[in-house]
Amino acid sequence: MFTRRRTWAMLAAIALIPILLALAVALSSDRLAPGEGPPFLDRVTQNGLFTGFTAMLLAMPLFLPLTISVVSGDTIAGEAGQGTLRYLLIAPVSRLRLLIVKYLGTIAFTIAGTFILMVAGALIGAILFPIGPVTLLSGDVIGVPEALGRMALVALYTTVSMTGMLAIGLFISTLTTIPVGAMTGVLVTSGVSQILDNLPQFSWLHEFLFTHYWLDFADILRQPIELSSFGSNALLQLGYVAVFGALAYGRFTTKDILS
Amino acid sequence: MSGALPLAIETIGLTKSFGGEKAVDAISLSVPRGSVFGFLGPNGCGKTTTIRMLLGLAEATEGDILVLGQKIPDDLEQTLPRVGALVEGPAFYPYLSGRDNLIRMDSADKTADPRTRRERVQVALERVGLTNAASKKAGAYSLGMKQRLGLANALLRPRELLILDEPTNGLDPQGTREVRNLVRSLAAEGITIFLSSHLLLEIEQLCTHVAVMSAGSIVAQGSLAELQSRGETRLILEVDQVDASIEVLTKHGVAPIIVKGNTLTASVPPTIDVGLLNEVLVNEKIRVSEIRLERPNLEEYFVELTGEGFEVVR
Repeated sequence: MFTRRRTWAMLAAIALIPILLALAVALSSDRLAPGEGPPFLDRVTQNGLFTGFTAMLLAMPLFLPLTISVVSGDTIAGEAGQGTLRYLLIAPVSRLRLLIVKYLGTIAFTIAGTFILMVAGALIGAILFPIGPVTLLSGDVIGVPEALGRMALVALYTTVSMTGMLAIGLFISTLTTIPVGAMTGVLVTSGVSQILDNLPQFSWLHEFLFTHYWLDFADILRQPIELSSFGSNALLQLGYVAVFGALAYGRFTTKDILS
Repeated sequence: MSGALPLAIETIGLTKSFGGEKAVDAISLSVPRGSVFGFLGPNGCGKTTTIRMLLGLAEATEGDILVLGQKIPDDLEQTLPRVGALVEGPAFYPYLSGRDNLIRMDSADKTADPRTRRERVQVALERVGLTNAASKKAGAYSLGMKQRLGLANALLRPRELLILDEPTNGLDPQGTREVRNLVRSLAAEGITIFLSSHLLLEIEQLCTHVAVMSAGSIVAQGSLAELQSRGETRLILEVDQVDASIEVLTKHGVAPIIVKGNTLTASVPPTIDVGLLNEVLVNEKIRVSEIRLERPNLEEYFVELTGEGFEVVR
């Protein structure tokens, strides 16, 4: 996957988010009033280290899921579409092994994407804005090294948040030989899930939606780190991985490969 | 069919239904080890579906499959490393070079030795004549080059059986000849070759055994000689004395004779001694300006079996 130009193009696009954000903030002369624009945006000028966090908040609802759905929808459908699936299977690769390797590949991409976003954010923030101790949401102040550690944790938290969607993507990808269809399907599920999460009428459902905790990585910016949301999130994602992993397995291991 | 020969592929009542339609209908194939087995049939008759089942890509609706003595799909993982295959055209990662594609496919096979990988890939590339294009991206390959790369992929390891689905598709005459020579040299090494084709000529030139498939069923199967002998051998003569000739020929068991001007035609057993007939006629002072045997060709037989023309049957 990392030998493909497309993968690098998407990672570059992810890196562009914090860069664009920082440039926009740096070039505009008016100071934002606290609370205006996306959360944390007003803090970016005071401390460059906030660029990464802010960019993550911006990327989480759409852009990150978009790139992830491309990679995830492509897993099996892409191989099937170009015919290489049949040659992999007769190489031979067992179908279970192929699913696992493909799934791990999508996780590797997500880790790369979230870390690149945070690193690009820290770098551009350091270039354009002052850097210093970070005031957390709880009011406590942590030093720069610890702040960098928190950034890594945010990247990991968001990766965990994506594992459920990646499993859904893997399953959808076993259903078709048209990768674009699978990619769209994955993206649609994330959209639907986020919409449902915003409708109070479905509040009973909210905590079961795989997108429900996507923005809760902010809990890492508290002192001490608030782990309760992470716990529920990890459990929820694990549930999705189990269910959709099993569906993908059931579907893929009994499927006739006719492409 | 000789049941005593060890078989490379054996299917018993193999059936595949899609919906209610039987794409492959209870076929029983017996492919002897060491043979070059031609799997002949018009497009859409179920050849590729059969091959997919042999390789475990598709599940049989009914029937049993043995490949190299192993049950498919139960023993798939032990069997497939011994089998090289080209299924329904080659397929590659267009953004990787030819060489990297082979390396990737070989890495996918966890029973393949990574230490010899580069060398085996190189040998396979040389074997199909792709060394010069090995660093080019596969997406930029012509169809013929892709076909060769597909063959190289089938030859990454020493194989006991090669299943080649239309291996000369898309090749120019030169490439076609090279592939046929390659198949011959592989067969000479003792590898069993199962070759599907809709081209009769290809089968006649390459194969020792043939199965003819039509609309999902096997309509004929046996050694090439056996199948060829099922056609009609004809004796054609041009003589100056028609009546005297007919008398002589009839005495030697050649009958009935069709007369057209000075040309006589008769259906004869394939073992007939033309030299002897010629001698007898000449001894009777009959001038023979032409005498020849028209051997049956597979084409007539094939058309007889599968219907006129290479139309898609359904």
